Amino acid sequence: MKSRYQNRIELLQGTLDLLILQTLQWGSQHGYGITQAIRARSGEALQVDTGSLYPALHRLERQKWIAAAWKVSENKQRVRVYRLTAAGKKQLLSERSRWEQLSEAIAGILNPARENQA
Amino acid sequence: MRFSFWRRSRQEELGEEIEGHLRMAARERADRGEDPRQAEQSARREFGNAGLIREVTHDQWGWRWLETLLQDSRYALRMLRKSPGFTAVAVLTLALGIGSNTAIFSVVNSVLLAPLPYPHPQQLVALHQTAPGAAGLASFSEGLPLSPSMYFTYAEQNRTFQSLGVWATRTASITGLGNPEQIRTVHVSDGVLQALGVPPLLGSWLSAADQIPNGAETVLLSYGYWQQHFGGDSEVIGRDIIVDSRPRQIVGVMPKDFRIVDANPDLILPFAFDRGKLILAGFGYNGIARLRPGATIAQANADIARMIPIWMRSWSNGPGTNPLAYERWRITPAIRPLKQEVVGNVANALWVVMATLGIVMLIACANVANLLLVKVEARQQELAIRSVLGAPKSRIVRGLLLESLILGLTGGALGLVLAGAGLRLLLAIGPANLPRFDEISLGARATEFTLLLSLFSALLFGSIAVLKHARPGISVGLCSGGRTSTLSRERHRASNVLVVVQVAMALVLLVSAGLMIRTFQKLRKVDPGFTDAAHLQIMRISIPAVLVPQPQGVTRIQNDIVDKLRTIPGVTSVSFASEMPMEGFESNWDQIVVEGKTYPGNAVPPLYLYEYVSPDFFHTLGTRIIAGRELTWSDVYNLRPVGLLSENLAREMWGSPSNALGKHFREFSEQPWREVIGVMQNVPEDGVNKKAPQIVYWPSLGKNLYGPEPVDAPLDAVRTVTFAVRSSRAGTEAFLSEVRRAVWSVNANLPLASVRTMQNVYDKSLAQSSFALIMLGIAALMALLLGIIGIYGVVSYVVGQRRHEIGIRLALGALPQDILYMVLRQGGKLAAAGIGVGVLASFGLTRLMVTMLFGVSATDPFTLAAVVVVLLVVVLLACWIPARRAMRVDPMVALRYE
Repeated sequence: MKSRYQNRIELLQGTLDLLILQTLQWGSQHGYGITQAIRARSGEALQVDTGSLYPALHRLERQKWIAAAWKVSENKQRVRVYRLTAAGKKQLLSERSRWEQLSEAIAGILNPARENQA
Repeated sequence: MRFSFWRRSRQEELGEEIEGHLRMAARERADRGEDPRQAEQSARREFGNAGLIREVTHDQWGWRWLETLLQDSRYALRMLRKSPGFTAVAVLTLALGIGSNTAIFSVVNSVLLAPLPYPHPQQLVALHQTAPGAAGLASFSEGLPLSPSMYFTYAEQNRTFQSLGVWATRTASITGLGNPEQIRTVHVSDGVLQALGVPPLLGSWLSAADQIPNGAETVLLSYGYWQQHFGGDSEVIGRDIIVDSRPRQIVGVMPKDFRIVDANPDLILPFAFDRGKLILAGFGYNGIARLRPGATIAQANADIARMIPIWMRSWSNGPGTNPLAYERWRITPAIRPLKQEVVGNVANALWVVMATLGIVMLIACANVANLLLVKVEARQQELAIRSVLGAPKSRIVRGLLLESLILGLTGGALGLVLAGAGLRLLLAIGPANLPRFDEISLGARATEFTLLLSLFSALLFGSIAVLKHARPGISVGLCSGGRTSTLSRERHRASNVLVVVQVAMALVLLVSAGLMIRTFQKLRKVDPGFTDAAHLQIMRISIPAVLVPQPQGVTRIQNDIVDKLRTIPGVTSVSFASEMPMEGFESNWDQIVVEGKTYPGNAVPPLYLYEYVSPDFFHTLGTRIIAGRELTWSDVYNLRPVGLLSENLAREMWGSPSNALGKHFREFSEQPWREVIGVMQNVPEDGVNKKAPQIVYWPSLGKNLYGPEPVDAPLDAVRTVTFAVRSSRAGTEAFLSEVRRAVWSVNANLPLASVRTMQNVYDKSLAQSSFALIMLGIAALMALLLGIIGIYGVVSYVVGQRRHEIGIRLALGALPQDILYMVLRQGGKLAAAGIGVGVLASFGLTRLMVTMLFGVSATDPFTLAAVVVVLLVVVLLACWIPARRAMRVDPMVALRYE
């Protein structure tokens, strides 16, 4: 059981970390807010699995790319709010460029195929 | 604590965070119009397994291994708490084993292993020499000491030493500081303090200039004496102190705990050898030296061997003597490390005790391993279930090892406490002459040793249990667990082997203890040459030349003291001698020439022990007079040429004691003959475990008292003697104060030293044997006790396991006696195997203690037989109780149990 979750984290790791960092780039946010933001920005296409989100958040926190603090929300609730650290900003830049390289490469592979079909 | 607090708060925060998430999700669903209850449930469903997510998230922090370790430790602790009986027995067994081993290790470490408290101690050596060609000299257990002329030759001509000197222990009287006091001194030549290299606390060392005869008279104080008599006053340097009636200037104070080899003197005085008057002889000085860096003992030995002919050519024993007389002695250097000198022969006894306690530790481990095996056996089912439920094997193994580790460490901690108490006991019963006695303590090394021993033993018995667990398959555990089926022979093999080993080791220890008991018996049976030692008060009194210059005056005062002491109520006899038997003062050895007996060629006559005795001496001590009579005061004052011999010497010279009477002997050919007037029983002067030496007894006043001097030598008297007072009140304080008053009524400046009874002297001579006896006895008893517990435990466990089999046997018509014999036979088989192995092992191991034995062989069949019988009886008794229980098994109950 446990290992299944861990496997999924590993599968999503690269992208999920990137998405979290990018979301926090726009402003500090709590865990629920992050899922909502990702869902909204992706046009409801991406549904973040909470079973992956929280381990990822805490792993990023341990790596000091994000920092957490307890705050009171507009609903007078105590919430744990995450923000991007300076190291996190650097990490975001490198992950972004890696992602862009990757998607370009993939696009390079996929696009010729489409031309042939056409 | 800190960690677990941090961990808990993080766990709680995580819970709160997830709860917050759920509330927010639910609220949003409710805002969209869902039923609030529905909304919450949907939110939870959407979220997934919150507990699991929490755990996985928490794992991100990387504390997993520590937490499982804590979990396993808690589990192990719970298991131990669940069986308090087992835990208590195991911990106590381990504590006893570890405690006794730690205590003896502290002694071994402080005495044998710790370096001597001098800078670069490995360079320090004792200058020993042997002289195999000197007949009779073999009685010098310490070989041939140096003479002053040897010292000068060696110190000036050597090529391998940084510094070299001679030293000797003496006593001196201190006056002018309250009551006259007899103190311990060490005389040192130039080179001794330099070799030891310990700087003074105050002032300076004795200098080379202090060694010049008739030069400045100086003295060094020990720290203790300085504190006691000068209150630690730093202004003491330069002041005078009256030593043996002469003022000496204090030049320095040595630091606390400073010792010269094994001597702990109050004062350190310089020798002042007069070079012009030195001869070859005078072998009475301990040589000590510091090797040059890089020089080896072999090189140093070669260096001394090179210098011995130089010494013989450079000095003489006076005109007319053979300059190469000592060539026949074949003097050979036998330099040894100073540590060996300090530690002496106690090393042997300590290692034997350490080894025996090590065996006890192994027995203790075997016992705990056995207990653990039984427990693991009982837990097979639980372990099998855990295994089936997915606990990895490594985790179960880790759990068992953790349990062992907790047992080992708890036992070790308790053992450390026991060791503290044990060490105090050890020092109380230990030989008073144990070297480096005051350096013994439970130091950091001993604590490290305890920790290592705890860990090692935990791993030892823990891995036995683990190996046992690893063998049977899981399914076996599940199938047979809970059923009282008889276990296979194979599964008891480990327990049986452990019991056999325990019995074997207990046998070895019992044999060692038995041999010591026999040794002790034999020693007690040796006639010490005196009777009723508890009622013999002895004390040493020295009369310095400054106080009484005339030799006759010395004898007169000694005679007066004897007369005064005799008037004390309850005193039956008083006398004195140069030393009492076994008192251990430096003795005088020399040759005698017997009338009518010639030695072929240039042969050197053998050496005999010289003793100087007063009239009535043998009567006071209770030494049997074999033939003839004792000295009288008239013999002494009239300087009659008479002497007495020990029985073994008389027999060697004249065949029988009575034959010796009236015969003549002398020390040198120029002297008048002396007549043998009495022959005394042999006295083991060096202790009851040594051969009685051949002794010549002289009057304490006469010419040529101390060896070869011209015929017209002046009269001399023995100035330091031990008085013996026989009284039923000996040893009491009231008696001693009367003794002191009597002595001081003769001369108020005479201190009394070494005041004790002959019983003290006798006990001290047996101290090492009794120490070894007590230690081996304790170890053997512990081994026996642990062995019994081991056998009892295994047999009663097996009986418990075989209840229903026994029930069936009884139901099928077996007699209760058959059952009894069956169980006893099982115990007997184990015991027999153990005894067999033990007897073989003891043949090998008791050989190591040969030097500690006396009058009994290391393979003494009587001891061995006695031990085997005792062990068999005890083992059968240990089996008897479970056997009786087996006999009384009710077949109905046992079968219903199925």
